[in-house]
Amino acid sequence: MSSHNNGWRSAAVSTGTTIIAVRYDGGVVIGSDSRASMGGEYVSSRVINKVVQVHDKIFCCMSGSLADAQAVTNAAIHKLNFHSMQMGEPPLVQSAASIMREFCYKHRDELSAGFIVAGWDRKRGPQVFEVSLGGMVVEQEFTIGGSGSTYIYGYMDAKFKPGMTREQCLTFTTNAITLAMDRDNVSGGVVHLAVVTESGAERQLIPGNKLPVFSRVLLVNEYLGIQVRVVVRGNAFESFWRAQSTRRVVRRV
Amino acid sequence: MQAGSASDGGSKGLKLGTTIIAIEFDGGVVLGSDSRVSAGESVVNRVMNKLSPLHDKIYCALSGSAADAQTIAEIVNYQLDVHSIEIGRDPLVLSAATLVKNISYKYKEDLSAHLIVAGWDRREGGQVYATLNGLLTRQPFAVGGSGSFYIYGFVDAEYKPDMSKEECQGFVISTLSLAMSRDGSSGGVAYLVTIDDKGVEEKCILGSQLPTFHDP
Repeated sequence: MSSHNNGWRSAAVSTGTTIIAVRYDGGVVIGSDSRASMGGEYVSSRVINKVVQVHDKIFCCMSGSLADAQAVTNAAIHKLNFHSMQMGEPPLVQSAASIMREFCYKHRDELSAGFIVAGWDRKRGPQVFEVSLGGMVVEQEFTIGGSGSTYIYGYMDAKFKPGMTREQCLTFTTNAITLAMDRDNVSGGVVHLAVVTESGAERQLIPGNKLPVFSRVLLVNEYLGIQVRVVVRGNAFESFWRAQSTRRVVRRV
Repeated sequence: MQAGSASDGGSKGLKLGTTIIAIEFDGGVVLGSDSRVSAGESVVNRVMNKLSPLHDKIYCALSGSAADAQTIAEIVNYQLDVHSIEIGRDPLVLSAATLVKNISYKYKEDLSAHLIVAGWDRREGGQVYATLNGLLTRQPFAVGGSGSFYIYGFVDAEYKPDMSKEECQGFVISTLSLAMSRDGSSGGVAYLVTIDDKGVEEKCILGSQLPTFHDP
């Protein structure tokens, strides 16, 4: 094994990732990709689930260093459970976000993980909170996180509409994660989804071959009087080049 | 674009501060850019036109280090002039892109600029070439600059082949608007250049006229 490959062997496992949570009238949809990478070169797990259930109706998505994120999440599950027993009722989403924030802020020099906390409670219904790296908490209608999220800011800004239905929300979330996975090399795999409403939480998994496909390129080429139509599905760049190379093959035939 | 000083770090560490996009339609191309030039945290020029002509119907979009990008554009402008006199007709867009690529590749360690070359010629119609880091590739559309990261998802989802000229212009304006609202190094006004067989049309869209999207 040549020495230049050793970079990933000594790298920490990180969830270069794409995570997203969207609130709709009646619940929240939470989603993530499923790739864990080391050093940006090696995929250490292609089926990891970054959507963690911290309570019956509260979920949390992890991003950043996987070890840190898991440690914080496990500590938060324990603390939230205890808190809920003391109060004698299901915890508020804001409490869960607060507990995560306390860990992130207190140990902010040692930790390197960001979270999205989303769920449903009886006091304020569906809520989405972003708990970022240093411990800031912001409530939003939808939020994205992880390395893959930079590529979909434009898409989210353009396509989000308040007042979506559950189905529209699921499509919106799946599309966003797919677009991010197409561009970010440390996001990929399958799409994990969770939907939380008053009646409970439901998980979904969308395998790679069932993900939406975004663009088709049609190349019409006339050569020696024969018209050749090539239709290729995939993202715009991939399709364009597949179509171009097919054109070259046709020319040889 | 950055009019960066040496204290900003070597050319490898500088952030590319801009958003540029070029897209091809049947019969021409549309190029778009924002207008911000930053030096560290301050905006040095808020109305700079980053779409610079290389020839009558070939334009390039500048991003990265302002000095490097402008110099490459000027050199290629001169080389294309000489070339077109030698061949006695208008140069091909591929020729312009190759000249840009040659400079980018030869001096890739010293330069820190990405130019997107787009234009119209009689042989192949509208074409867009990306010349990042010395590679040369033809694409249906190309985006570049720091603002481009935020809009990859949007352009992947929204691009459809065979768009008309007006649809392409709308697409470019929406994309620029989204990128400018998310990227700290992009902003100001949007410049649009449309090139087809009939000629070149330059347009400037003021900030207040840009489309607005969901603002949390």
